[in-house]
Amino acid sequence: RKIIFEKQWFYLDNAIGHIYGTTFEVTSGGNLQPKQEVEETTTETKEAGTDNRNIVDDGKSQKLTHDDIKALKDKGIKGQEIVQQLIENSTTFRDKTEFAQDKYIKKKKKKYEAVITIVKPSTRILSTMYYAREPGKINHLRYDTLAQMLTLGNIHAGNKMIVMETCAGLVLGAVMERMGGYGSIIQMYPGGGPVRAATSCFGFPKPFFDNLHEFPLSKVQSLLSGTFTTETLPADPEENALLEEESNGLAEEKQASLQETEEEPTTEAALEINPTEEQEAMDINAEDVEFKENKEKENKENVREKQIKQWERRKKLLEAAALLREKNADGLIVASKFHPTPLLLSLLEFVAPSRPFVVYCQYKEPLLDCYTKLRERGGVINLKLSETWLRNYQVLPDRSHPKLTMSGGGGYLLSGITVVLDKGKSDSSNSEALKMEEPSSKRCKLQDLPC
Amino acid sequence: MSFVEYGDTIKDGDTAIVFLGHESMFPVKVQHGTVTQTKYGVIRHSTDLIGKKYGSKVTCSKGGWVFILHPTPELWTVNLPHRTQILYSTDISIITMMLELKPGSIVCESGTGSGSLSHALIRTVAPTGHLYTVEFHQQRAEKAQEEFREHGVEHLVTVTNQDVCKNGFGVSNIADAVFLDIPSPWEAIGHAKSALKAEGGRICSFSPCIEQVQRTCLAMEEYGFTEINTLEILLRVYNVRTISLQIPDLGKAAEDNSSTGFDSSNPSHQGSPCANLQQGTVQFKSGVPLREVVGHTGYLTFATKS
Repeated sequence: RKIIFEKQWFYLDNAIGHIYGTTFEVTSGGNLQPKQEVEETTTETKEAGTDNRNIVDDGKSQKLTHDDIKALKDKGIKGQEIVQQLIENSTTFRDKTEFAQDKYIKKKKKKYEAVITIVKPSTRILSTMYYAREPGKINHLRYDTLAQMLTLGNIHAGNKMIVMETCAGLVLGAVMERMGGYGSIIQMYPGGGPVRAATSCFGFPKPFFDNLHEFPLSKVQSLLSGTFTTETLPADPEENALLEEESNGLAEEKQASLQETEEEPTTEAALEINPTEEQEAMDINAEDVEFKENKEKENKENVREKQIKQWERRKKLLEAAALLREKNADGLIVASKFHPTPLLLSLLEFVAPSRPFVVYCQYKEPLLDCYTKLRERGGVINLKLSETWLRNYQVLPDRSHPKLTMSGGGGYLLSGITVVLDKGKSDSSNSEALKMEEPSSKRCKLQDLPC
Repeated sequence: MSFVEYGDTIKDGDTAIVFLGHESMFPVKVQHGTVTQTKYGVIRHSTDLIGKKYGSKVTCSKGGWVFILHPTPELWTVNLPHRTQILYSTDISIITMMLELKPGSIVCESGTGSGSLSHALIRTVAPTGHLYTVEFHQQRAEKAQEEFREHGVEHLVTVTNQDVCKNGFGVSNIADAVFLDIPSPWEAIGHAKSALKAEGGRICSFSPCIEQVQRTCLAMEEYGFTEINTLEILLRVYNVRTISLQIPDLGKAAEDNSSTGFDSSNPSHQGSPCANLQQGTVQFKSGVPLREVVGHTGYLTFATKS
């Protein structure tokens, strides 16, 4: 399969069998495996200037013309040699300071020596990549903010988590990674189904999905009010039993086929490419579409299988509903494009007392509102509205300084801890407490909860 | 309870967090027959705590009340007895993610210090991972060991009392990640490399001073680490306040129809403001930064062994 990345195209076949972190050089079409460490271009030209007082920008310092360079490239000459040529034909290179020479070489290397490194997928890699490549798809959730969420939410093995996200499944994947297949996750989704394009990039083993449930957001209200069960009770017990028998046989088959389709995306997702510094990867969408196409094909092939799938989906839905109804989740993570207040007010009902919750929002104002509403509702303490700033540094001998400030763009977090909701009186652990202005119907419902 | 597993009810021997409000809290070791004094009165463990649910409101003798919380590494971090400077959750979270820690990871850490990071690391690598932590100060090493026992995580951690710069981590070729928070991390990079698995792993060093970072980066390069990256993370906390600003009197009272339009339409972007024209003020909600914030904790240098 042909893959395009950073204006280069290549096949991945040669990369199989190498360990993660191996660096490859791109040739015309395939992959070569060069040495791990290329001999640092010996700076035998130790000549260097001390300052730039005599360097004039006349645009003629490079003696090779644009066409010359193109010719070199067309001849298929190694990038390293082109860089050497450029240096030799630069009249000002020798006058530049040592540091400037360094910088010049680095820049040219980046352009002409196309190397890619294939690394293993992880939250670190994928969240950095998404923030750099597709920030819109993850609501501009910066990776350090995601890291805060995982910590503030006390995500760990054995938890029963509720996750509501519209971040392409990145947040879900991050939570899954931290839980290592232990415990359960209920993903609340808007619309027709959960989006898990980013989740599939992690290459999680199959068992990780066994305790991953999903539940439609649109049924939350009915679940809370207790009208959910009657609405979607499985139709006929007899039919169910029959279907169950059949599905047992088919399930295995399906599993096998699933594994097949999964195998490939895993290695693909594993592809993390690294032209010098930036961590980036190939297009995930293509892969997702392909996955969907496969699914569709299967469906056409077998209508009965579709029915069984539908039934299985319903069974999973009921399982998820049962899990939610216990109202003892160990935490809530929200990171979506929706207004956080209604989500929080409803979904917190499913969370046990003394558990952390974290809400992400790209903007501060909705969280201000959410903060106030949660205070009114009660049942939460230690509310904290925060933001992190991230600063990267260039560290080189005598040239250390901050690289760029990333501020504002990383989004905001509102976090807190649930406590047993006071019956009757409004809860207030501080003087700021406000009188309830929640509609009375809501209050009644809250009181009915067996806490 | 345990720091790595949630429990429902408070039991004898648990460490619980007493929450007094306004972010004021303290840890308490739950024991039959013991009492704890708070500014709201006495808490009797046998009757007030044991058997109650975590997250419950507990009424103290003077009629005041507190919440009892389940311990988490994050709550522990803000409540633990300091024996050294500690790492806070903001740095801990980025360390955990950038070191790619997850259940099953094997981590080496030095020094243990007050165990703030240790608890978070143990939480993340449980139930199948392990933390090897090295502390050269004997008393601190013993204290940390004791805390791990009390917190029910002893089986997930090995505390070694030795000098990491001289003797290393006491393990080799088993770690997925190494974390260094020592004054001269560059002297431990070689040991870190040998502690990491042959197939590679991640390393992080925390240093307050840029000179330390510089030497560390050089050492990392020397030992063949790649992807060397230094960053700094800062937390900004906001207080949620309702602010009212006065409308200046420009002597336009007579033609107040036009000014009414201005007052009520302009701030309406801000959520739920209300213009009180009679008093000449506009109210709005704002996230106000704290007056004083932490400006620097330390530089975090990450690298990969591959």
